[in-house]
Amino acid sequence: MNLSVLLWGIPQAMRAMAKLYPEYAARLHERNLVAQFRLRDVPEGRWIELRDGKVKSRAGLHASPDLTIHFKNRQIAEGFLTPPFDMLERIDAAKNFKIGIDGPDELAVWFMQTLTRLETVTWKAGTDMGNGVTRYTNGTNSGPIFVYVKDGKILRTTPIDFDESDAPSWSISARGKTFKPSRRTTVATHGLCLKSMVYSKNRILHPMKRVDWDPDGERNPQNRGKSKFVPISWDEATDLISREIKRAKAVGPGAICVANGSHHQWGNLGHYLSAFNRFWNLLGVTKLVHTPDSWEGWFWGAMHHWGNSLRLGCPEFYGTVEDCLKEAELIVFWSSDPDATYGFEGTERREWAKQLGIKMVHIDPYLNHTAAHLGGKWIAPKPGTDAAMAQAICHVWLTEGTYDKQFVAERTTGFDEWKAYILGESDGIPKTPEWQEKESGVPAREVRALAREWGSKKTYLGAGGWGVGLGGAGRSPMGTQWARMMTILGAMQGYGRPGSNFGNLQFGAPLDFNFYFPGYGEGSFSGELMASANSANNYQRMPHIVTMSSVRQAIPRMWFPEAITQGKAMGYLTDVSSIQGQFFPFGYPSPGHVRVEMLYKYGSSSLGTQVASNRWINAYQHESLKFVVNQSVWWEGETPFADIVLPACTVFERWDISEWYNVGAGYVHHMYSMNNHRVITMQHKAIEPLGESKSDYDIFLAISQKLDLGSVYSEGGTSEYDWCKRVFDSSDLAKLTTWREFLKKGYFVVPPDPETARAPTANRWFYEGRKKDTPEPYPLPSEYVAGLGKGLQTPSGKFEFVASTLKRIDDPDRPPLNRYMPAYEDKQREPHLADFPLQLLSPHSRYPFHLMGDDEGCSVRDIREHRIFKDGHYYLVARINREDAAARGIGDDDLIRLWNNRGSVVCAAQLTDRLRPGVVSASTASAEYRPAGEPGRSTDLGGCINMLNPSKPIAKKTHGIRPNTTLIQIEKWNGVDTWQPVAETA
Amino acid sequence: MAKKWNLIVDVERCDNCRGCYIAVKDEHAGNDFPGYAAAQPSLGHHWLDIRRKERGSYPLVEARFQPVMCNHCDDAPCMKAARDGAVRKRDDGIVIIDPEKAKGQRQIVDACPYGAVYWNDEKQLPQHWIFDAHLLDSGWTKTRAEQCCPTNVFQTVKLDDAEMQRLAVAENLSVDRPELGTRPRVYYKNLHLITHCFVGGSVVQHVNGIEECAAEATVVLRQKGQEIGRATTDTFGEFKIDRLPPGSGRYDLEVTGPSGRATASFELADESPYLGVLTLA
Repeated sequence: MNLSVLLWGIPQAMRAMAKLYPEYAARLHERNLVAQFRLRDVPEGRWIELRDGKVKSRAGLHASPDLTIHFKNRQIAEGFLTPPFDMLERIDAAKNFKIGIDGPDELAVWFMQTLTRLETVTWKAGTDMGNGVTRYTNGTNSGPIFVYVKDGKILRTTPIDFDESDAPSWSISARGKTFKPSRRTTVATHGLCLKSMVYSKNRILHPMKRVDWDPDGERNPQNRGKSKFVPISWDEATDLISREIKRAKAVGPGAICVANGSHHQWGNLGHYLSAFNRFWNLLGVTKLVHTPDSWEGWFWGAMHHWGNSLRLGCPEFYGTVEDCLKEAELIVFWSSDPDATYGFEGTERREWAKQLGIKMVHIDPYLNHTAAHLGGKWIAPKPGTDAAMAQAICHVWLTEGTYDKQFVAERTTGFDEWKAYILGESDGIPKTPEWQEKESGVPAREVRALAREWGSKKTYLGAGGWGVGLGGAGRSPMGTQWARMMTILGAMQGYGRPGSNFGNLQFGAPLDFNFYFPGYGEGSFSGELMASANSANNYQRMPHIVTMSSVRQAIPRMWFPEAITQGKAMGYLTDVSSIQGQFFPFGYPSPGHVRVEMLYKYGSSSLGTQVASNRWINAYQHESLKFVVNQSVWWEGETPFADIVLPACTVFERWDISEWYNVGAGYVHHMYSMNNHRVITMQHKAIEPLGESKSDYDIFLAISQKLDLGSVYSEGGTSEYDWCKRVFDSSDLAKLTTWREFLKKGYFVVPPDPETARAPTANRWFYEGRKKDTPEPYPLPSEYVAGLGKGLQTPSGKFEFVASTLKRIDDPDRPPLNRYMPAYEDKQREPHLADFPLQLLSPHSRYPFHLMGDDEGCSVRDIREHRIFKDGHYYLVARINREDAAARGIGDDDLIRLWNNRGSVVCAAQLTDRLRPGVVSASTASAEYRPAGEPGRSTDLGGCINMLNPSKPIAKKTHGIRPNTTLIQIEKWNGVDTWQPVAETA
Repeated sequence: MAKKWNLIVDVERCDNCRGCYIAVKDEHAGNDFPGYAAAQPSLGHHWLDIRRKERGSYPLVEARFQPVMCNHCDDAPCMKAARDGAVRKRDDGIVIIDPEKAKGQRQIVDACPYGAVYWNDEKQLPQHWIFDAHLLDSGWTKTRAEQCCPTNVFQTVKLDDAEMQRLAVAENLSVDRPELGTRPRVYYKNLHLITHCFVGGSVVQHVNGIEECAAEATVVLRQKGQEIGRATTDTFGEFKIDRLPPGSGRYDLEVTGPSGRATASFELADESPYLGVLTLA
């Protein structure tokens, strides 16, 4: 289109939209300015003047414009301005300086947003339900929901019932029955309680400043967590922050450290992998390197037997729901409680298995939620000893000849050495069921019965929370032993054989695995290519400008407190491209970089989720930390350990777009196979942000504008709403529906593949010695020894009973042959801990999601399996076996103190027979920290159970936590706190 | 005969996910529904609640859950206790405590033998689960509890009373504490999992001097010589015989298998006994 016509059209459109849309007219009143469009090579253009809401425009050049948008030449200008816009062309023009904008950054962003609003103001979101009620949609960490809004206020939220226009569901026929999933989304409590969290009394509604923090005088770091806060304006807050950023940058590279939690509100745009990374990449910061949280034993242990590094050591899962229902006779859930933490989509499938008469065994020191619901045999080993029990199962199989001899001969290496160890030929100790009984406390006869059942029936091994790995007993000292044993048990039974595989029906629903929609792990518009899976698909499909941090300094998250208080910390990389990627140490400080002086904390989860969390308080109060910002939605335990607090809004108060349980190609490729349907949701902005809170995106935009980075950060004034459209356009969704239809209805169900074209069953190719045929791009081509798709990622290409990659690192806790060793925090190994006779399990809660849902205003607090209201306060529940309680005179709902040398926490007792005696279970879900005395050096009444867990690594040369067998003592709480931390010996 | 609302709750299907519990709070906290219910306090009320019941003892134990709420009784004690018609029975069976007329009438709370009416201290108002009457009246066909329940515990059904009675018989439904005579409209399936006991044990035998689980052994439970129940041990030698009334006295149990016989006797009190290891000899 001709340039002069295009430019003439802009003010015309502005006037027209202002007439039609009062909202647009109001926007034109926000600024007075003259914006000049012009060509760089010839003095041609048009200016637009906005004054008091009126639009004036003339062709030609204005004498003194506030903003100038310049194009290299006419062809580029016409290409840039002619709809429909080609984003690849536009990005190319911007990043190669074919266009530019001169003028104040804040004004430039405002003006560009005003131009894009010309289109977006016409979009309509939500469904009119009558009586003034509009039904919107959103995505939560538990699943998609409807959001009913009236008079600008959320009325209710519910799971989504599909309608007839939504895609049909798949079905599976097994043993004469046909199963079809319910046509709806299922949502756990932490997805259903969100209205109460939006309107919680605990919301942060204004920027706040700590009263005794003075950037030009005394900073009083020792008072963090103790002194009061006062509200300040956004302008003052962003001024202070931008000044401190500049000050820290002048100190040297790496002086600013940024830290996020592992989880965020659901969404692609607001996720920490998006806006947060994009903003900080523009400034260059020290980042925290997270451990492979939740994958500990799998990542550091299991991976060495079979590769799967890009799945963090866990196996593939395609087709396993169908294979399990059709073929399996037994499911062994080993440290596997999917109903606790992953919603309820798999629950229905497990109920089908029960209907089919598939037998179930649950191995867990706690009769977990899945076990309690399904029934079956419960076996409760002493925490930390599961590997001994697993080795005794191998012993029965070996002595009775009930393992898959052909698979072992053709697909594995190291079996003879393994066999010699199990039979005791190499160390004189046969790993018999009687031998394991002394370790695990499980009767030998039950292990024999289990081994015989397993050896004679087609069995699915549901190992860890997902059944295909994750968590479970792998999150404990020597948890590598357990996860390694799970792979070995699978291998001895020929995993991949029909009916014999990994899984507990949680993963592997027969969905369409080729339909593309990005997951949050792909980094959205972050531009980050290294620390996300952006480059796999998203970067090509949604053109955006690349960003990268030039600071090469990182801190292992587990040891952030030591980095601050001791000035050094060392960890191991989570490099998943290869097996040996995890052998690379990294250290803080990095060469040429400086120590951290400023911390920007995103969220407030550390005291609830980080082990030995009293350490964090010491770090926060350390004199070397000169400035701390905390950006959070709710005022939680960690929030007051800051100097400035910024109020972020919830996902109901901003725009986003996402797919249920889609992490993307990051670390759980095709994670949505947990669901019965692929559901993509528009995350409607249902209400205006409460108080002065802002979306994370807009908070970073506000700060970036103070640093003249607003145009770069927002890619020329792109808003969250605009980004939603760009994500939509980048996906296969745009081929099946229109933007306007999707925006109105709010969700889309992706049709499943026809039965004839379903993804092949996981590991069958390996079992049958064929080329890999499952739809995951793993391992990387360079990782195959025998050629692309041939064999496993291990050096031998086979399953390795003796892990040859572990021969390349000398880690005493991870010998190449997975011999049994008593765990750390076991009295056999650490007799000096004899004062602490009980073992603490600290699983995730099934009610809050990490801390989300434990907010003091959240309805979840009333759940009496989560917290008990007593003496005016909600105390976290600790589950105790009746015998242990009786021995200490403890009754139901009594307040009790759990303690060891690291921490002391008051909980409310819940007496139960669902726990093995000697074991206490309390969830790491506390959003509240309430010290009885001095923060960091007294008993916590809030329920931060992680205070008790050790800060040492799961195995010597790793960077992973080891909670879940922590030794503690408990007693009735008398209200008087005398506890003091005791320094731990190495 | 007029069709009326009833709720059927399957105790066996409930796993205490608490979705229904949170959904009722979501519906009522912060929301006034004039004529139906004033807003619920944000915390502290449990209009729909879930009772926890463990049966058995370590290591043979079950966790069972019973969702409880206002029963919308046809012979409701709260109605009798109310003044000025503050509690009314609608034609469709639903009981409504009027959010205006009931102000200050604390005796309505005290009258409910199920403890299902809550006192709103701030508003001086008795409050209860209103069967989602405001939603059913606007076209909803199920309660929010049913809509959000991932394990299909609830069925919201509209039937005339005779049909409902036939269904209750056909599906072996029962009501909470029928001895109160309040004629609840909330029915339970598998309520024995809360109200009754099981007896369980682990049967072992010695084979070549090694202790093994005794599978396929026959377990017979007798009371005063009369056979009450029978079971076969599973792979792990475990058995359970269910539906024993609590406090029902002395029982004798006999196990027989290829390698011998074992017996045990017990006095059934309130809790389900686990008899421990029984060795066939």
